[in-house]
Amino acid sequence: MDVSYYPGCSLGGTAREYGESVEAVAKTLGVNLAELPDWNCCGSSSAHVTNDELAVALAARNLEIADRIGLDVAVPCAMCFSRLKVAEKALKSGKEIAGISHKYQGNLHVKHLVDFFWEDLGRQEILAKLKKPLKGLNPVCYYGCLITRPPSITDAANAEDPQSMDNILLTLGANVKNWSYKTDCCGGSLILTLPDIAHKLVQKLFDMAQEAGADCIVAGCPMCHNNLDCCQKEISQASGNHYDIPIFFFTELMGLAFGDQSVETWLSRHETDAISFLKQKGLL
Amino acid sequence: MATKSPEIVVPDSSFRKQVEALSGQKISTCFQCEKCTNGCPLLFAMDIPPHKMMRSVQLGLKDRALNSDTIWVCASCETCTTRCPNGIDIAHLMDTLRQIAQREGFKAAKKFVPIFHSAFVGSMKRWGRVHEMEMAALFTLKSSGLKGLMEQKNQGLEMLRKGKVRIRPYRFRPSKQVRSIFKKAGGKG
Repeated sequence: MDVSYYPGCSLGGTAREYGESVEAVAKTLGVNLAELPDWNCCGSSSAHVTNDELAVALAARNLEIADRIGLDVAVPCAMCFSRLKVAEKALKSGKEIAGISHKYQGNLHVKHLVDFFWEDLGRQEILAKLKKPLKGLNPVCYYGCLITRPPSITDAANAEDPQSMDNILLTLGANVKNWSYKTDCCGGSLILTLPDIAHKLVQKLFDMAQEAGADCIVAGCPMCHNNLDCCQKEISQASGNHYDIPIFFFTELMGLAFGDQSVETWLSRHETDAISFLKQKGLL
Repeated sequence: MATKSPEIVVPDSSFRKQVEALSGQKISTCFQCEKCTNGCPLLFAMDIPPHKMMRSVQLGLKDRALNSDTIWVCASCETCTTRCPNGIDIAHLMDTLRQIAQREGFKAAKKFVPIFHSAFVGSMKRWGRVHEMEMAALFTLKSSGLKGLMEQKNQGLEMLRKGKVRIRPYRFRPSKQVRSIFKKAGGKG
């Protein structure tokens, strides 16, 4: 299956293991990720704070490129996904966008990668590649804000209780826990600007995941992953609790279940140790 | 103990009209149901809860709104937007308030936030794609000075060791079109 691929800036940097695992898993599943030629930054969380026109136009340029190719676009980052969806709605409305002259055809869907894997490939295709079931793993799935919100932009069927990541991990044999915080906020860029506030949000997620009986958290966004992974020592020190919770990208666990040889390399890039956790579980 | 007498506010619609024109949102339809405030995960760090921010805009309390912590603490999580029964895009309204505050020279109550966004947009403009290392270094330098940058050094080195730092920017130069978008939309770093 061919699909246009918009990796976003983080996947070649701070979320390198996400980019590596996305490509490995897609290859196993027979998906050809065709990176959009000449893509630019989607504007992320900063353009829309600064200038509405800029925020829409930067993202729209990427869809203009995708529209000429005509394939659906798979997006691994929640922030990029959100901005591209905002631009998609603007392009479809036919309103004028700075620097964009192309007449948008719009015969394509923009999808977050987790939804693409579940809705466009589905259970059978994923099950067919399963080599090592994720037995004994008790994750909660953490979607964060922008994969589903607001549904008027994302077209999410169930913005407050999404299922695709849960379904993928259930298919791979994990004992997925249900919880009420799957779409709560991790603080986003506040981790840099107002870290004390972001740490409180993240701590709440840890507490709720543990209350649900989870032993790890699975994410589908570079920012969410970073915020949950980066600062567990500091949050432990400040709160007096002890947090040592492995945070995975969902594609890392897919790779693990597919028997990919690079899993340990991906996990070595995490701040919170995930390798010994999986070794204890007999999964690595 | 003397009871606090209620504050008397003379409503002024000019600020509401300015915000409505820029955001495209009909602020006047807010009837104070407080769903936005009840779902807001950042409420604990705000000085003006979201529903009162709506009321402040309706009443024309411009200085109070634009000098608030709230507009900078909001993380754009879109929960309020998703739940508003009147379909007001409240998260977008927060963007509009931040934009007006910056344009009209209000001093940000949480000054690191606009410094971060400015470093981020600057990097986008220079490279077409964000160069995370440069952006983070510039943000730290501008917000916490050289001392702050030195304090972050070990964390940066650790990330470098883990292969999470892209030293060079992407081999991509902002095309003519990306440059023209910045020019036409007037985005500055």
